[in-house]
Amino acid sequence: MKRRLKTLATATTLALLAGAAFADGHVNAAIKARQAQMQLYAFNIGQLGAMAKGEMDYDAAVASAAANNLLTLTKMDQSAMWPGGSDSMSVDGTRAKPDMWDNFPDVMAKGKALGDAAMAMQAAAGGGLDSLRGAMGALGGSCSSCHKPYREPES
Amino acid sequence: MRRLIVRLFLLGLLGFAAFWFLTRPETLPSDALEGLTADATRGETVFYAAGCASCHTAPNAESEGAPVLSGGQSFPSPFGTFIAPNISPDTTHGIGDWSALDLANAIKHGTSPDGQHYYPAFPYSSYSRATLQDITDLHAYMMTLPADATPSQPHDIGFPFNIRLSLGGWKFLFLNDDWITEAATPELERGRYLVEALGHCGECHTPRGPLGNVDLDQWLAGAPDPSGKGKIPGITPAQLDWPAQDLVYYFETGFTPDYDSAGGHMAHVIENLSKLDAGDREAIAAYLKALPAGQ
Repeated sequence: MKRRLKTLATATTLALLAGAAFADGHVNAAIKARQAQMQLYAFNIGQLGAMAKGEMDYDAAVASAAANNLLTLTKMDQSAMWPGGSDSMSVDGTRAKPDMWDNFPDVMAKGKALGDAAMAMQAAAGGGLDSLRGAMGALGGSCSSCHKPYREPES
Repeated sequence: MRRLIVRLFLLGLLGFAAFWFLTRPETLPSDALEGLTADATRGETVFYAAGCASCHTAPNAESEGAPVLSGGQSFPSPFGTFIAPNISPDTTHGIGDWSALDLANAIKHGTSPDGQHYYPAFPYSSYSRATLQDITDLHAYMMTLPADATPSQPHDIGFPFNIRLSLGGWKFLFLNDDWITEAATPELERGRYLVEALGHCGECHTPRGPLGNVDLDQWLAGAPDPSGKGKIPGITPAQLDWPAQDLVYYFETGFTPDYDSAGGHMAHVIENLSKLDAGDREAIAAYLKALPAGQ
């Protein structure tokens, strides 16, 4: 009886540890995924920005491809990338403030603003350099509108 | 013995009188703005260059439309938490009944219309370098903004820092309108005016001494974030090697050379800088590139 209890206790402990490990791995994977998402935004905006800054010759096809990618990225369902407990107070390796989880409707509205800015960029990118340049400011503003309240300063 | 006590008492009284005299709230002469005409359109540029809305709008206010300067954002510091007041043109809760001279005394000397010291969380130790013409224009513009009747909230400051009289001593030590760097060209001069006066960049990007004074020996070399989390980056050429063109583009769009975007309080700053003339953004970049490389 005593031994069975002991076995049960050990099994329970192991199961709990495994659960914690799964939760940890799950949170870490989600953080990695959303940071990868941000990298993909940055890479595609970087193509557009290089043309806007004059570091790369303007090419309507390249610009449109980048803008299409960006718009596609904004349409991805990210809900699984932001699980509870993956904020900067709960874990290391993220700058996402817990406020995000407390202000969900606002976060969604800011996400939609990014989608709108990406759509405007898709319409503008192929229409000449000035048209592309004109859409960059609103795009940057939509990124910052979320980074302003919800991202911790760099450490 | 009794004579000694009387003497000490008189000496103390004299010392206090001297302290009071040296540290009394300063004001401009009443005719300081005579002959200046106000231009609200120019004042709008001053308003954005000085970043007034970044601190004096409500917490999480949207950045669309005319700014409502109702106050309410809190600013933690080692001395306590400061709450930005209402500076909308409401005559009861804001600054609607202020003259341009009242505004100039506040901005250049940190003195309120009723002769009290303001806390230097209000960055008058940078604004002290602003021109009276700019303040006259700024006043005209601010009076065109929407009035708001939200009452200002008291600061949450502990003893002894809640004694405003002591701020006179702080000002005596740290408030002046000397330039911090040399400027060799008109563009660098404009950049210096935007960075050292209106933009008050050093208030966050420079570390502070034990009395909360900006440490000029480490000008723009970066500082801990006052929230206690993370840090505010140094922006001298030693810490920030972005080409001038990348700085200018960052000021315009918020995009870094890696296409990350400005966040936190800097996102407010970008909103302001993006509204300035391109020449002003270039002047700020030129100023930063011309800074001594530092350590």
